[in-house]
Amino acid sequence: MYDIESLYEATSVADACRALAEDPQAMVIAGGTDVLVKVRSGKFAGAHLVSIHGLHDELDGVELAPDGTVEIGPITWFHHVTTSPVARERVLTLAEACDTPGGPQLRVSGTIGGNVCNAATSADTASTLVAYGALLDLQSVRGTRTVPITEWYTGPGRCVRERDEVLVKIRIPRENYEGFTGHYFKYGKRRALEIATMGCCCLVKLADDRRTIDDIRLAFGVAAPTPIRTRGAEDAVRGMDVAEAAEKVGELALAECHPRDSWRASKEFREQLIREMSRRSLLEAARKGGAEV
Amino acid sequence: MEQLREVGKPEKRVDAFDKVTGRAMFTDDLCPKPCLEARVLHATIGNGRVVSIDTSEARKVPGVVGVFTCFDTPDWAYPVAGHPWYADSKAAKRDLADRKLLDSRVRMYGDNIAAVVAEDTVACDRALRKIKVEYEEWPVVYDPVESLKGTEHPVQDIKPDNLVAHTCALTSPEKLAEHGYETVDDALNDPAYHHIAIHTETGEQSQVHIETCVSYCYMEGKKIVCVASTQIPHIMRRVIGQALGIPWGDVRVIKPYIGGGFGTKQDIHFEPLNAWLCQQVGGRCVRLELSREELFWDTSGRQPKSFDVEASYGDDMLLHARSIRGISNTGAYIHHGHALVLNSVNTFRWLYHTNEVASRSEAWTVLTNGPHTGAMRAYGVPEGVWTAECLMGDIAYDNGWDGLEFRLKNCIREGFVDEFTPGGAVAAHTCTLPECAAKGAEWIRWDQKKREYANETGPIRHGVGVAFFVYKTAVAPFALETATARVTLNQDGSVQLQMGATEIGQGADTVFTQMAAEAIGIDFADVHIVSFQDTDVTPYDAGAYASRQTYVSGTAVKKAGEELRAKILAFAQRLFPEAPAPLDLRDHMIFDATGAEVTTLANVALEAFYNTEENDALSAYATANIHTNTIATGCTFADVTVDMPLGQVTVNRIISVQDNGRLINPKLVEQQVHGGMGQSIGFALSEEVLVDPKTSRVLNDTLLDYKVPTFMDVPDLKADFVESDDPTGPYGNKAVGETPIISPAPAIRDAILDATGVKFYHMPMTPQRLVEGFKREGLI
Repeated sequence: MYDIESLYEATSVADACRALAEDPQAMVIAGGTDVLVKVRSGKFAGAHLVSIHGLHDELDGVELAPDGTVEIGPITWFHHVTTSPVARERVLTLAEACDTPGGPQLRVSGTIGGNVCNAATSADTASTLVAYGALLDLQSVRGTRTVPITEWYTGPGRCVRERDEVLVKIRIPRENYEGFTGHYFKYGKRRALEIATMGCCCLVKLADDRRTIDDIRLAFGVAAPTPIRTRGAEDAVRGMDVAEAAEKVGELALAECHPRDSWRASKEFREQLIREMSRRSLLEAARKGGAEV
Repeated sequence: MEQLREVGKPEKRVDAFDKVTGRAMFTDDLCPKPCLEARVLHATIGNGRVVSIDTSEARKVPGVVGVFTCFDTPDWAYPVAGHPWYADSKAAKRDLADRKLLDSRVRMYGDNIAAVVAEDTVACDRALRKIKVEYEEWPVVYDPVESLKGTEHPVQDIKPDNLVAHTCALTSPEKLAEHGYETVDDALNDPAYHHIAIHTETGEQSQVHIETCVSYCYMEGKKIVCVASTQIPHIMRRVIGQALGIPWGDVRVIKPYIGGGFGTKQDIHFEPLNAWLCQQVGGRCVRLELSREELFWDTSGRQPKSFDVEASYGDDMLLHARSIRGISNTGAYIHHGHALVLNSVNTFRWLYHTNEVASRSEAWTVLTNGPHTGAMRAYGVPEGVWTAECLMGDIAYDNGWDGLEFRLKNCIREGFVDEFTPGGAVAAHTCTLPECAAKGAEWIRWDQKKREYANETGPIRHGVGVAFFVYKTAVAPFALETATARVTLNQDGSVQLQMGATEIGQGADTVFTQMAAEAIGIDFADVHIVSFQDTDVTPYDAGAYASRQTYVSGTAVKKAGEELRAKILAFAQRLFPEAPAPLDLRDHMIFDATGAEVTTLANVALEAFYNTEENDALSAYATANIHTNTIATGCTFADVTVDMPLGQVTVNRIISVQDNGRLINPKLVEQQVHGGMGQSIGFALSEEVLVDPKTSRVLNDTLLDYKVPTFMDVPDLKADFVESDDPTGPYGNKAVGETPIISPAPAIRDAILDATGVKFYHMPMTPQRLVEGFKREGLI
């Protein structure tokens, strides 16, 4: 049995915002794959829940806006991001990253918005959304606001979203994906049912010669208390030949990372992963863009 | 081997249909809900004592029926290991009493200090959070070597120096003198031979059975009924009686279908507490189900162990002498005690003792503040064989010898008798290990792959490896081996089979059915086995452990079956006195000595029930008290890819080939081997209970952080056999259930050595340990 004090099933986003405003203890639940785990462990025991689980009309699905922006509803299941034609055509690396959390059951209950709001550094979509420069739209009774994902995270498991705010849209502008190919590299200690020991997303835009890196985005999960983008490494390898960039990117990225020492993995081990995964992710991203390396 | 009629067939499991369709009833399915629920309060210190407990706020939580603390429960200890009890005449063999229902002495993080009974688990948990505990805290010791130096407060008062036991088996002075040595060390250090010394470590593996530990208790009259997920219902009845201080006959234990145990359920955990709680609430039904987290530290995993090993060997590839010294960390409770590490060091010896002139097998079992431990599949043997195979792998690698040839020159052979076992009972009556190895080598393409992978460079490399194993069958002559079976003829000529031995998912009921059909002379489909054990009804048996049931309980089935067959034929002869003797039963018919049909079995059965003059309900009840033992053997070959910069090992192909004697049901044995191989791959690469040495708290008590391999991590598993007809098994069979978990892990270690030249000694070989090793050797 789960210790849930109250559950309100919202009928619309506005209704959810109202319910959250009225009960100062209320919290949002969508897929439940994070919230219910914390209810069970006692951390959220006695929870007052406002469910947005049923708000498919407003919050579910992946669509393409007229200006080319990819718009993702936050209660879209991981699996439905993976299989969405829009996501696969425009932001394939995100679609692929959404195929890595947990196992098949989790991917048809966990939502991409929950993954963002849970704000774990290990979230499988986090480094990819950081690389794509996602914009996050929030709504509450106080109004709406948009937060770029690079300003979203404030610490381990913490983000700028207020308790009474609902994430209503994840947007990826056209210029952030067009021309890029990418690779999300999830490293776990086994090949499924895993939270990343290290996550790395690299997006690359190649020059016409298919050898020179015209532009690059390199982002990590678990390399620091929050998901990060290693802009110094990006700047350093921009304009380089892919092979040369691959050799250098590991050390460059490592200089901007702050992996922690924990019983799950040592700092040294995580540093080794950062070096190796940066290199392999860059090469894989470039290969998908037509580089022969 | 002689072809048998029912034994040896790949029959479908007798419970297959019910389990696949979900009709099979497990403990929690049977529980009459809603009933009362119980949950346990666990200490939040790793060592010390409870000074006081304030339950006043907890009692006010709506739905709470009772809150009970360590100051309320009986103040005596009882033993919990799933071992046979002994009469007063052999009292020294009894397990040690080291557990109380709840205890104010906190020996490990999470120790059980109070319990709540409430209308539902939410009320239980709310009440648990409101219990206030005052502790006196003492320093925690988790390292067994540190613990042996002594602690101000012994972990268990009955073992003041924290040492559960120390044993040492040495080659006798007479035997040593034959080779001109005074001591085993002389043989190890003889300059005419090469010398090698290594240190190995093995972590705590957890059983991770799907069904948690769950029971429900209620009272009928003065009797406590406990329905529980257990491997050992008869032992549970005795332990509940001991724990509550009531006559054992006042306890009735019922064991439904079981969703796996792997040794966890060879201990008695929370059932006595639940029975006591049930008494306190007037005999109302109380359910107590452990959470997945609790299973990791409050039931018993595999003991972590370390070994120091030495060997001397000649240029002729023959081992001259070996020594093993093992230290086992039993944690805060004794439970199965010293038997586990004894199995490690004994097995180390048996596997490669053939040419040795000297041997030392020494072991210590030590109490610490670590999580308590106990039986897990293969009971200490994987750790001993891991160590033996690390040694063999290193010697072969260092000398450029073929690892397979080296092992074959030194491995156990048919006719081996362990000189250290009383009466020479542990013996290899049959041994097809060389044939098993040949089969495995061919399948893995040993020579070809060795050549192919020989000169690889670069970050990703490949290798093949091998490991052998031995495993004794059941526990004689070290402990009592007894089993009883009952067969009853039904009116239609079919038979009821009742066993004290337990089906826990391994397929015991199916092979008992086959053996009963074989012994009686009827068909598989004619035998109705009663799967549930009920100690008020079921004959006595110690239960499912030590790969003993098919060997020991199977002997009881055979005996009972043959007795019933004799009774049926005798009754038929009374009905048909003129029929030429001796009569025979086959194909549901009674035949006379000339081969002519006399009558049908169904007719004899009807007469047995309803004949007005000769009526005799035909049944047989037979006990087998077994004093023999027999060694099963086998090997595993593995082909791996090692991605060194990422510390990732991919098992590409893997095969285990075993000599389990005659296979009673080849299909079921194959499935047993598959499961064991998967579990061993986990032990090799990822499965380990991690303990914070400062607090003794288990860090990874979830299925997320305790890494059981998934389907994505395990390749297709290949199982093969070279059968032999063991003269001591009821139908030539030897141990099966635990054997498959032994050799895959060291075979993977050997393959990593072949691929990279790096020697790993610490199991599991996690990605981080691999990366550290490759860095140390300058490979990345």
